[in-house]
Amino acid sequence: MTAPFGRRRAVALERRRVGRYVVIAAADELARAQPGQFYMVSASERWGGGEGERPFLGRALSVMRAGEEGRVEFLLEDVGPGTHRLCELEPGEGIELVGPLGRGFTAPDGEALLVGGGIGIAPLIGAQEQWGGLALLGFRDAGHAQAGALVAGALIATDDGSSGHHGLVPELLIAELDRAPRPILACGPPAMLDAVRAIALSRDVPAQLALEAPMACGFGACWGCVVATVDGYRRVCVDGPVFAAEALA
Amino acid sequence: MTAFCGIELRHPLINASGCFDAIAARRAFGDFALPFSAYVSKTITLAPRQGNPPPRLWETPAGMINSIGLPNRGLAGYLEHDLPALAQLPVPVITNVMGSTVEEFCELVEAVAAQDAVAAIELNVSCPNVATGLDIGADPRELESLLAALRPRAAKPLIVKLTPNTADVGACAAGAEAGGADAVSLINTLRARALAPGGSAPWLGGGNGGLSGPAIRPIALAQVSLVAARVEIPIIGMGGVAHGRDARDLLDAGATLVAVGTESFRDPAAAGRIAGELQGTFSQIAR
Repeated sequence: MTAPFGRRRAVALERRRVGRYVVIAAADELARAQPGQFYMVSASERWGGGEGERPFLGRALSVMRAGEEGRVEFLLEDVGPGTHRLCELEPGEGIELVGPLGRGFTAPDGEALLVGGGIGIAPLIGAQEQWGGLALLGFRDAGHAQAGALVAGALIATDDGSSGHHGLVPELLIAELDRAPRPILACGPPAMLDAVRAIALSRDVPAQLALEAPMACGFGACWGCVVATVDGYRRVCVDGPVFAAEALA
Repeated sequence: MTAFCGIELRHPLINASGCFDAIAARRAFGDFALPFSAYVSKTITLAPRQGNPPPRLWETPAGMINSIGLPNRGLAGYLEHDLPALAQLPVPVITNVMGSTVEEFCELVEAVAAQDAVAAIELNVSCPNVATGLDIGADPRELESLLAALRPRAAKPLIVKLTPNTADVGACAAGAEAGGADAVSLINTLRARALAPGGSAPWLGGGNGGLSGPAIRPIALAQVSLVAARVEIPIIGMGGVAHGRDARDLLDAGATLVAVGTESFRDPAAAGRIAGELQGTFSQIAR
């Protein structure tokens, strides 16, 4: 799904806390993203001049949910000057959007396992609403794991055992694949995706992995976001962010 | 209309090389109106290049550092795959090339100059001379002899993309002009380093990178002014242009065209907005 050309100003509609995360909803009559697509997002005001005189560039945010009624939702964690500013957005403030961008997930062949870690659960929320599937979500601790409630019927794992399974989400994945092999849609930190990829390849189940990379532009201009694939470096923004497990090097 | 080296352009705003990929943008945006009056390609080298290992980007105050490493399909791949697509653009195409030796430059310029779809050639001279370790573009005499070698091989305009990483950019521009350059473009990015968070090792996979964005705008203004005082050939000014007044400042300093680079990353349609704002600055003067 292609995007309108250029950055456009939308209005922040809602901000709500979900554990350690923040959901920002923006009005965007053009919003019709596929699960796994992303937007480049910045605040209309006070973008720049923060800590270290940043942010400057937009931030690539995966679409959590894009409604038919002209509303797009993002899941954020305050981890730096850009996400900090976006987490402060008040309803009614301006928000700048370029998108939807990138190649999202394709419809899985049958019911999928949705494997997410941390902020990476965002695209799985929209994916589950569209295609269903059992979600296996990993978090640092119970505070972060509250976001698991955004996904219906999710099985939770935490690093410190304060909520759900005490351990890593790939352990849940192995147990579920033992029960029944299913295609995988995954998004999360690099170590989690490496583990999911290895499991998928060893068991010969198809896996689509949504990657994250710092980006300057989001539309293939800067070549800053490349990832190593079997065909050499590829741009996460236009060749991804979703890659098949076997395509990654 | 703006005349540049005998080429008629709709307005004075073009893209900086490597800051807009018209082919990838079509994948992201479908059909869209290119906001530039001419299109400058990414740098093409003789052999294909993968580019530098990631990470390739670092955000700075009012700018960014990149260390991309000139990934491209190589000359043959460009001529076969990219140029036919770029030839469909509604504006003249300027092809940017970089050789690591004079011989490589000659081969690239001859091959590109022979293409009907190419209106002009921009030379990326921000590459080290293997013998001296200095950038070819940082030495006025090397630039003059490079241009003297290339001049007979191309009837099309040759634009030298000057590097700001030199002691005397005016002398470099004069060297390019003396060697037969038709125009100069400046400034390229400033050599810069980002450190890994909490450490002293370089963050970028390529080691050092190049600084761009509004942070370098005053440097661009100074260097364009210096060069305008030294050469008669037209100048493409660039460096941190984000608003019509920034473009206006570079034109007032002596530039004929202005290129938009990093601002296009923040808004792909930025050049269209800047062109409109620039038109507004002319209207204000007229009143």
